[in-house]
Amino acid sequence: MIYQDSETLLEVCGLRANVNNIEILKGIDLVVRSGEVHAIMGTNGSGKSTLAKVLAGHVAYEITSGTVFFKGKNLLNLAPEDRAREGVFLGFQYPIEIPGVANNQFLRLIYNTMRIQHGKDELDPLEFDDFVREKMRLLEINPDFLDRSVNEGFSGGEKKRNEILQMALLSPKLAILDETDSGLDIDALRVVAQGINQLTNRDNATILVTHYQRLLNHIVPDYVHVMDSGRIIRTGDKELALELEAHGYDWIGTEHRAILGT
Amino acid sequence: MNIATNDDCFRSMLQGQSQLPVSPLMWLNKLRASAVDRVSALKIPTTRDEEWRFTDIAPLTKFLFQPADVVPYPQTANVSRFYLTEASIRLVFIDGVYTSQLSSNLSDLTKNSGVIVSNLSTGIPEYAAMIKPHLGGYVEFGDNIFSALNTAFLHDGALVIVPRDAQVKMPVHLLFITTQAKVVSYPRCLIVTEPNSAVTIFEDYVALQQGTYVNNAVTEITLANNASLNHIRVQRDSHQAFHIGSCAVSLARSSRYQSVNVALGARISRYNLNVLLADTSAEATVDGLTLIAERQLADIHTCIDHAKSNGTSRQLHKCIVGGNARAVFSGKIMVRPDAQHTNSFQSSRNLLLTLKARVDTKPQLEIFADDVKCVHGATVGQLNNEEVFYLKSRGLSDTMARNLLTYAFGAEIIDRIPIASLRCQLEQIVLEQTQGG
Repeated sequence: MIYQDSETLLEVCGLRANVNNIEILKGIDLVVRSGEVHAIMGTNGSGKSTLAKVLAGHVAYEITSGTVFFKGKNLLNLAPEDRAREGVFLGFQYPIEIPGVANNQFLRLIYNTMRIQHGKDELDPLEFDDFVREKMRLLEINPDFLDRSVNEGFSGGEKKRNEILQMALLSPKLAILDETDSGLDIDALRVVAQGINQLTNRDNATILVTHYQRLLNHIVPDYVHVMDSGRIIRTGDKELALELEAHGYDWIGTEHRAILGT
Repeated sequence: MNIATNDDCFRSMLQGQSQLPVSPLMWLNKLRASAVDRVSALKIPTTRDEEWRFTDIAPLTKFLFQPADVVPYPQTANVSRFYLTEASIRLVFIDGVYTSQLSSNLSDLTKNSGVIVSNLSTGIPEYAAMIKPHLGGYVEFGDNIFSALNTAFLHDGALVIVPRDAQVKMPVHLLFITTQAKVVSYPRCLIVTEPNSAVTIFEDYVALQQGTYVNNAVTEITLANNASLNHIRVQRDSHQAFHIGSCAVSLARSSRYQSVNVALGARISRYNLNVLLADTSAEATVDGLTLIAERQLADIHTCIDHAKSNGTSRQLHKCIVGGNARAVFSGKIMVRPDAQHTNSFQSSRNLLLTLKARVDTKPQLEIFADDVKCVHGATVGQLNNEEVFYLKSRGLSDTMARNLLTYAFGAEIIDRIPIASLRCQLEQIVLEQTQGG
């Protein structure tokens, strides 16, 4: 939701980034304030997932120009773990499987690492167990999740729920959710979307990176940005997503190229 | 290097052999004598031998090793840290010599359940008829000087005979402890299972202190129809020691062999594991973990031989190599003409923690049947950057992320061990080693 007096969380200015010397982001400008939900849409290869990874600090991308400030700090100077500790969370499109590490062990480790960062005491396994089970109930996650290895053999839907569970534990200021809706059936989509809605509040913000409009039936965005060839070519409200759904990405790309005279 | 001198070293190793007590059983004396002949005839392998291409054992010949003549009785406290916390049946050997004071009360076990767990040298005359068809029948010593030496010195060792239909709930812990430098021990195990029986065997090699010594071990296992055996083998010898082990397993119809071997110790180690699916519908799971650092070398050679139809084998072997260490994995899967409908899966996965660490992996399939499903593969690499990034994006430091992934890599194998307290011990070792390296 848009609030008049809200704090600016993220300020991206003229951001350009390369991977293997190929320019993927070609000048991104984006401002996200607390309380807001932004959707970034675009075709495959438009650069939207790259933007998500660059914001989280993936090493494969080289920033060639531009700035990114998060809560007034230069985000580009921070290692991925420090960005996470400052409150940036990336929900992965393809969450990594870690056979050999039990999910509860992993969740407790990341939760306690964050607590220590914020000067709080660690939770012992029993305390954590109560805490995590409560969060899991809200996300309608099967309790046997805890005893399995991290994401190993999880269905697409289970992996995405596990991402949202991690988000719930870490309570980020800025959640960037990369194609969280991909691979979900209708029921799983509803549960995951409800989970995200429960976690959004006046003090945090969410960026949904998505190809399809259907997630936005469940999570209403305040802003919709359309990316094409490494740029945001159009920004609007939720109606823009519906127009895209009706007319396809070609329509807007053609219009944009007409404006540019190319 | 002078090869003749090396072979002299091995012949000098035979010196204590003639002092072994002569057995009343002629076949046993003959078996030993033929092994002595082979030792005299065989040459010590060099890296020019295909089977030893990656492993130069010449350093072993620079020392003079003799069987222990005086065996100390160690403080129980020093030894008990190796005991399983679960109820178990335990046989303890100190420097190759059976130590009844530290072992379980075995006669009650046999009286109550019919399960025979015994020192081999006393068990052979007592159960000769049951032992004779198997002892020396599975591990070939004709071409292998180490197995020949072990057989020449065949005396103390572990004997386990599980009678028909017996389901042994407690794991059988075969604990081989070395306490002295400069000794050579010849651990020997014979495991015989009768139809429909089930047992868990834990073969464990440990040292009370760092020192240069040799463990030259041979294990023979036979599974009767529909028998089931869990075999866990952990080699955690001194980092100056030499460890040479051979194990041969023979599976009868519908029997199941599940094994996990873990190599942590020794300066140079070699383990040969040969699993023969001798009859139809047998199943073998042969998993392994090599975790080494510093200047260690650990060489694992396995051969899974599908001789008859409808057999299944699965193998996941992992190496985690740090420091200047070198790991070798050679895994052969043989599918013979009669082994139609074989299903075989083999995977060798290797993690190099430093630039100087090295692994040589050689998965091999030899298929002579046409209706089979065989999959194999190998990967060698460093930690996956996407995985590291995933963990860092959750707030873990680079070091924490790498340690967790290394630990997880090993834990996947350790999790397959069906003894909880051993899993804990090993996970702790992996944790310490990954954090240290």
